[in-house]
Amino acid sequence: MKISGAELFIKALKAEGVKHLFGFPGGVVIPVFDALYSEPEIKVILTRHEQGAVHAADGYARSTGKTGVCLVTSGPGATNTVTGIATANFDSVPIVCFTGQVSRSMIGNDAFQEADIVGITRPITKHNYLVLDRKDLGRILKEAFTIANSGRPGPVLVDLPKDVILEKGDDEYPAKVAIRGYNPVLKGHPNQIKRAAGVLKKARKPLFYVGGGIHIAGAVELFRKAVKKTGVPVVHSLMGIGAVPGDDPLALGMLGMHGTYLANMAVTHSDLLFAIGNRFDDRATGDLSKFAPEAKIVHIDQDPVSISRNVPVEVPIVGDAHQVLEQLLPLLEAPKIDEWLEQIAGWRKEHPLEVHTGTDSGADPDGHLRPDTVIQTICRVFPDAIIATEVGQNQMWTSLFFTFRHPRSLLTSGGLGTMGYGFPAAIGAQIANPDKRVIDIAGDGSIQMNIQELATAVQNRLPVIVAILNNGYLGMVRQWQELFFDRRYSSTCLITGAECPPQCKGPGDHCPVYHPDFVKLAEAYGAVGLRVTKDRDIEPALAEAGRIKDRPIFIDFLVEREFNVFPMVAPGAGNSEMMFSEGGES
Amino acid sequence: MTHVLSMLVENHQGVLSRIAGLFSGRGYNLESITAGVTTDSQVSRITLVCKGDDNVIDQIKKQLNKLIDVIKVTDLSPLASLHREVALIKVRAKPNQRGEVFQVADVFRARVLDVGIDSMVLEVTGSSDKIDNFIAVLQPYSIREVARSGLISMERGRKQSSPPPQQRKGASEKLNDDFKITIA
Repeated sequence: MKISGAELFIKALKAEGVKHLFGFPGGVVIPVFDALYSEPEIKVILTRHEQGAVHAADGYARSTGKTGVCLVTSGPGATNTVTGIATANFDSVPIVCFTGQVSRSMIGNDAFQEADIVGITRPITKHNYLVLDRKDLGRILKEAFTIANSGRPGPVLVDLPKDVILEKGDDEYPAKVAIRGYNPVLKGHPNQIKRAAGVLKKARKPLFYVGGGIHIAGAVELFRKAVKKTGVPVVHSLMGIGAVPGDDPLALGMLGMHGTYLANMAVTHSDLLFAIGNRFDDRATGDLSKFAPEAKIVHIDQDPVSISRNVPVEVPIVGDAHQVLEQLLPLLEAPKIDEWLEQIAGWRKEHPLEVHTGTDSGADPDGHLRPDTVIQTICRVFPDAIIATEVGQNQMWTSLFFTFRHPRSLLTSGGLGTMGYGFPAAIGAQIANPDKRVIDIAGDGSIQMNIQELATAVQNRLPVIVAILNNGYLGMVRQWQELFFDRRYSSTCLITGAECPPQCKGPGDHCPVYHPDFVKLAEAYGAVGLRVTKDRDIEPALAEAGRIKDRPIFIDFLVEREFNVFPMVAPGAGNSEMMFSEGGES
Repeated sequence: MTHVLSMLVENHQGVLSRIAGLFSGRGYNLESITAGVTTDSQVSRITLVCKGDDNVIDQIKKQLNKLIDVIKVTDLSPLASLHREVALIKVRAKPNQRGEVFQVADVFRARVLDVGIDSMVLEVTGSSDKIDNFIAVLQPYSIREVARSGLISMERGRKQSSPPPQQRKGASEKLNDDFKITIA
């Protein structure tokens, strides 16, 4: 039977089990949206910006492991997806992004709304396609879904010229495709796995160091078994959060720039780093010459590129974390590490994470809230929530102060560090997980980068809670300015008005009124807006938000303006050289 | 160190751009790149010459292997292999100098493609070294233009690195090769 390209597209989505599609229409993709109009099985979520659509598909994918799908038009619609695609690419998130393109005969002629999106996204996709022949469409659609969610997952973009969308042709959507240049290794090399088990058994100061790959491979359960069997303590990267429950005695926390003292000291003194599903990113390692100087490294990763790139690896294992752990688990034996555990307990006592659980005494003279109190209260009220973050202080405070217990429960832009990611990602996650509580922990700067998606959340009756830690600054950059640029707060104050002195060095009574008023803004969109200025009101506000099931809730937490993220490893320093306050070093 | 990588790639539009983009985007040093179809019209061979320390070359090979359109990457440098480049060289040569140029060309087994009133075009084939030498020797005649093809290469012996046309050769082999390099 001959069907149009658009009809084959619908057929492909159904065959792939796609229930939700995030999109924004435009000239050349009208025929595709037209085909979706009468498709009850596929719900189209209309975002207010294409970047929001891609982040929402990303949050949908990260929170479930299923492939997120978006559909946008040519030209500006396509170019607006770039940040979302790069975000997903950096953090290995399976997304298939469909873009419209001008008709084949017009390509290259600078036609209206034409952009070479395949050329633009080549370095930020796992793979991409321009469909130039209708007879290739079925195969390409299948390849796109196959590539996006296998091996090390990632975004795949498919550019669909208008006349390909309209052209009648073959109705075949293949059940399987073979791609000769693509066949990821899933099983680990048996000899290497034996070696890995051997070095772990002999180690006296071993550590597991886990990253996002553990979630992607669905290997959390197996990994927890490995931890139980060996008794080896665990550090994790930002993306590895949730691999073990944050309150497990063997969980030492996150390593790196804003990691815990405990994790960084343990890494620095370890004699074996048993790494799974990470890429030794610079925010995690700090100065490479001072990174785990005494440790042998075992590295299990799906992507050979990640292995031995930043640090030399003793035992490399290419494979899927789930399959490799399955092979490894029977071989694992508990090493003798009592002394090591004592040493670790010592570090834990030396610099415990400061905890302010929420009395008015923790507040600054102006009565502002402490961000750690807010986050710990969120954690207490919603311990099993899916948490999205924006990027900056809000993200690091969340990683430090929220106790994550479940896999895939933190959605955050780790690699690219995309402000404006969290809110649309939370929307995508809420659509995929209607029965769970989804909370975006945001800064007042980041939330404004995709705030238009409030309309999407209201329209779809999504009870996403957005907890804005409002300090009136682009806080992380301000923190660096305070620490390394002599408090020259250049372009980081979001309250600045015409009446401010030209070289303001900090907040005070002179500060003008903050705009926007997030409570009124939420209300203007038809959402609920709450403002919290006192410690004792944090929990009641969250409880009130928790009772709302049909609308998004913005909670404007007015936090201490110059509160910093500590501990911190200064850029370029080694992981053991941590700062605990504005002046101090370890 | 300079390495010669010989690759089999899908003959799709944009493949060369993916490879060139990989080098520019990641700051790798690409000295030359040549492309042409193989006996299988769906497969092209790309030969590229790149420079870097062992870590960089290792990364380059892994990154190339990661491209979906790349079927196989072979590092010819440690293998017994043959390398050839073609160059066209235009020199200024007055009629009284032609004899000398002919003599030099003869030594290098170069061919004279064109003779003009005061210029000649020579064609030479050989290793890149030989071509460098030839160009150096021609310097006194004032070189007007040089066009070099970039290197093409092939492993010696009976081994065939093109995939048989119908057999969809699994990339697992490709990755295993890569893996061996990693653990070597």
